[in-house]
Amino acid sequence: MEIIVALGIGVLTGSGVWLLLRPRTFQVIIGLSLLSYAVNLFIFSTGGLRTAAAPVLERGVPGDLAVQADPVPQALVLTAIVIGFATTALFLVLLLAARGLTGTDHVDGKEQQR
Amino acid sequence: MPDALLLIAAVGLPFIGAIAAAILPTHARTAAAVLAGATALAELALVWAAYPTVAAGGILRHAAEWMPSLGLDFSLRMDGFAWLFAGLVSGVGALVVLYARYYMSADDPVPRFFAFLLAFMGSMMGVVLSGNLVQLAFFWELTSLFSFLLIGYWHHTAAARDGARMALTVTATGGLCLFAGVLILGHIVGSYDLDRVLASGDLIRSHQLYLPALVLILLGALTKSAQFPFHFWLPHAMAAPTPVSAYLHSATLVKAGVFLMARLWPVMSGTEEWFWIVGSAGLATLLLGAYVAIFQHDLKGLLAYSTISHLGLITLLLGLNSALAMVAAIFHIINHAAFKASLFMAVGIIDHETGTRDIRRLSGLNRFMPFTARLALVAAAAMAGVPLLNGFLSKEMFFAEALSAQASLTLLLDILPFAATVASAFSVAYSLRFIHGAFFGPDPVDLPRTPHEPPAWMRFPVEILVLGCIIIGVLPSASVGPYLDMAAHSALGSATPDYSLAVWHGFNLPLLMSFTALAAGIVLYLALQRHLRKGTEGPPLIRRLEGRRMFERTMVFLSWRLARSLEGVFGTRRLQPQLRLVVCAAILAAALAVYMRVPGPGNLMPADIDPVLALIWAIGAVCALGAARQAKFHRLAALILLGGTGLVVCITFVWFSAPDLALTQLLVEVVTTILLLLGLRWLPKRLDIPGSREVLTMARRVRDLSIAIAAGGGMAALAYSVMTRVPPEILAQHFLERAYAEGGGTNVVNVILVDFRGFDTLGEMTVLGVVALTAYALLRRFRPASDSVDVPEQQRDQSAYDKARPDRTEGDTVADWLLIPSVITRLLFPVIGVVALFLLLRGHDLPGGGFAAGLTASIAIILQYMVGGTQWAEASLRIRPMTWIAVGLLLATGTGMAAWAAGRPFLTSYFAYAEIPFIGDVPVASALIFDIGVFALVVGATVLMLIALAHQSVRGHRAVPRPAAAQAATTPAPVQVAQQIPAGED
Repeated sequence: MEIIVALGIGVLTGSGVWLLLRPRTFQVIIGLSLLSYAVNLFIFSTGGLRTAAAPVLERGVPGDLAVQADPVPQALVLTAIVIGFATTALFLVLLLAARGLTGTDHVDGKEQQR
Repeated sequence: MPDALLLIAAVGLPFIGAIAAAILPTHARTAAAVLAGATALAELALVWAAYPTVAAGGILRHAAEWMPSLGLDFSLRMDGFAWLFAGLVSGVGALVVLYARYYMSADDPVPRFFAFLLAFMGSMMGVVLSGNLVQLAFFWELTSLFSFLLIGYWHHTAAARDGARMALTVTATGGLCLFAGVLILGHIVGSYDLDRVLASGDLIRSHQLYLPALVLILLGALTKSAQFPFHFWLPHAMAAPTPVSAYLHSATLVKAGVFLMARLWPVMSGTEEWFWIVGSAGLATLLLGAYVAIFQHDLKGLLAYSTISHLGLITLLLGLNSALAMVAAIFHIINHAAFKASLFMAVGIIDHETGTRDIRRLSGLNRFMPFTARLALVAAAAMAGVPLLNGFLSKEMFFAEALSAQASLTLLLDILPFAATVASAFSVAYSLRFIHGAFFGPDPVDLPRTPHEPPAWMRFPVEILVLGCIIIGVLPSASVGPYLDMAAHSALGSATPDYSLAVWHGFNLPLLMSFTALAAGIVLYLALQRHLRKGTEGPPLIRRLEGRRMFERTMVFLSWRLARSLEGVFGTRRLQPQLRLVVCAAILAAALAVYMRVPGPGNLMPADIDPVLALIWAIGAVCALGAARQAKFHRLAALILLGGTGLVVCITFVWFSAPDLALTQLLVEVVTTILLLLGLRWLPKRLDIPGSREVLTMARRVRDLSIAIAAGGGMAALAYSVMTRVPPEILAQHFLERAYAEGGGTNVVNVILVDFRGFDTLGEMTVLGVVALTAYALLRRFRPASDSVDVPEQQRDQSAYDKARPDRTEGDTVADWLLIPSVITRLLFPVIGVVALFLLLRGHDLPGGGFAAGLTASIAIILQYMVGGTQWAEASLRIRPMTWIAVGLLLATGTGMAAWAAGRPFLTSYFAYAEIPFIGDVPVASALIFDIGVFALVVGATVLMLIALAHQSVRGHRAVPRPAAAQAATTPAPVQVAQQIPAGED
């Protein structure tokens, strides 16, 4: 099971990095989103992959890691997802502003001279 | 007055005065002068109030802890030596303020001048009264900064700007060296406290870091005191208004360097290194400054080089490693301040009344301003070392020291008496030139103004200072004696030697040297008459050795050529190479980190592969690869595939027991997709034109692909080896055990977010709010590119149909677009709202919480925009996203601060069980209010960003005039974006 998720993380990272190195701003946005999926999954996986672990506590019973899922990576990833959305939005706005200002969607604001 | 208050007032008062002066009206010359004068006099009174304590050998101290762990205290300390300097700073300061009132023109923004002057005075007080070396270095840099502002006061002239910049560059660089030296010194001693440092002389001198500390500290002191080879900034600082020169370049700023050397003299001197560095710098400066001063045609330039020379004399005295020389140095510091300040002021008067300072144009001013001429004559005689004036006394002491100095190497000692006599003769010559050139000779011709005596109050400071020169010169032990004695004792302690301050010591070698120098100076001046009349610029022999030119060349090299060439080699302005570097560096760093630990999979047995999840991830991988492939030419497809990948991630979260994450991921997926969809219309059309790709492009792609494969493979391997190791569980166990007992919630993830790590969440909320406001602000200012696609064919047809029918107006049919879905969506609005509320309220115990609820609510709002259009949505819903953001932040912060009321730290949560009829015990936690804050902020931020984007489309329509749109409806509109870029140029 671990190998599946690991491979998935690898594919997401590879696609993300590939797009990150492309010259069009939209490609970079998609790349960053893919990369953030990969990173979120990776952080999440550091707590161990547990199927059927209880996500919430029984009322009045102190939690135990043998029964419950690790909450720390989850808490980290939860805010990361929301912040990731915010940065995507900011980047999109910058993209549109740059496109309106420079007339191109190249990441450098001008077509590459060759 | 208590010591602490006195010291704090002595340092703080000038700064308060500076702020007060800065807010006066621009041309309130007299008010600013009165304010500055009162501040300076108050300073003087404070210093005087401290006299009884320091005269009795006591030290005033005040220390307030600031960062005790780093040994940094705010510490003030005034002993006799510091008292003397504080007296100089405040006393000369008061006189300069009076002088400046008459010197400064009413057209200048005088309050600003006095504000800078007072701030400088405060910084100087800070330097002399600091009881902590780091603090001293701080005030030291402040003096550099304010002297920069003062020198550049007339910033409309290039000379002032250049002079100020040069002074700042040299002295602030020296200040940084000083700071480094102070840090080393603090390391040696183990404390930055001045008392501790002054008590550790032997430790410092024998330490192996002594030399670096010494060199760095001396770099600071020698640059500040304009010692060779850093002397060149001082003449250029003469572009400052003359009161600044009189204050900074005679009595205070340049004296800070010798102050520091004298302050640390007891613990750092006495070594060969000290003797060689300080002594030779002082000697070189003494001779060079005096020599160059003779050939200056500008009166201020002459005084500037003379100041350099006299500072060299003081430095040389400090470098001789003799306690008597140290006393002579302190004495000369006082004397030099008195005669040099008065001479600068006299030059200022000449400049003010005649309009020029050029000796070649001036002459015979004695008849026009007899009183000023006599004052200047006395001051210049003191500078030349004429008997019965103060300069004579310290010069005699200097000669005596030059004759009796001890050092292991005799070469320097052999030439020392001769050098002293020669420098003294030079100083006689330039003093003569100053007086003879300006005040004697025929009447001046062709002056810019007709010279006359200045206002009496402008002359008053000069009179006071010259009177001081005479009194000290005639009755040294009765006038300056006790103060000098006090300063010397506090600086030297028990090592203070016996010395005599008498005018007459009998016929001895120093007296002979004095008279030799006087005679030689007169002869030299007469012999140079012909050369000086020619009026050539610069001193003979070393004319080409201009410090300024070297400085400028160095600056140009460092700040322009070197920077440019380095940028050319290492820099790029293109994003792709930068990102490539970052990614490669990250891959290498991760590989190195893994290599240094134990690489390879861990020892946990991986769980069996579930075919369902494998299939789901096969779809996820295809989606991700497809998105990567399609993002260039088929953006919509890429976006859909991205959503597919997001869903697979979401399912993974559910699969592995993280419902909270899955919920949030799902909701974020929705808003991200809407967001990107909104942006698509302004991106240029890009067509995939099949054809052969260039070799270079293919090579680039292969390179990027291999980087991507390396990154992906590396991440996969890393993730696998992490997952097959036992996860660290200390934190998890900690949170799991306490979540219910201390946080009152069973959803541990939510309890961590809103309670245990609430401060982090507060930070993240703030980021979210800032990002949303930034996006909003950017979109407010920006005009989008023209739409990349034309109005859809269906809309065109419908508009044409409307137009053709008399009973319909254009837009009627379009308004009915998606009528049924929109009605359903409108009906769903309250339902989604209730779901959001439900998620919010149950968040503490069950999956949900502020983030998920906020996203849900914003989706409800966005849906209304989508089905009703921006105008309809805003007419029917009152949405104030920024208010939501503000309320969210205030709620969260307020919840945190409420803990203060209970005497607990920020964000301590409180919870109790409330008994609600029919429902039973319900835990009520203050964290819920915090979560409501999170909710409000997420709603506000998400909605703000999305509707800011949506408004762009409204604007875009507005930009196109209506008739044109109507025309576009009938005739096939020209495709607006013809920007088709051929494929394969990435």
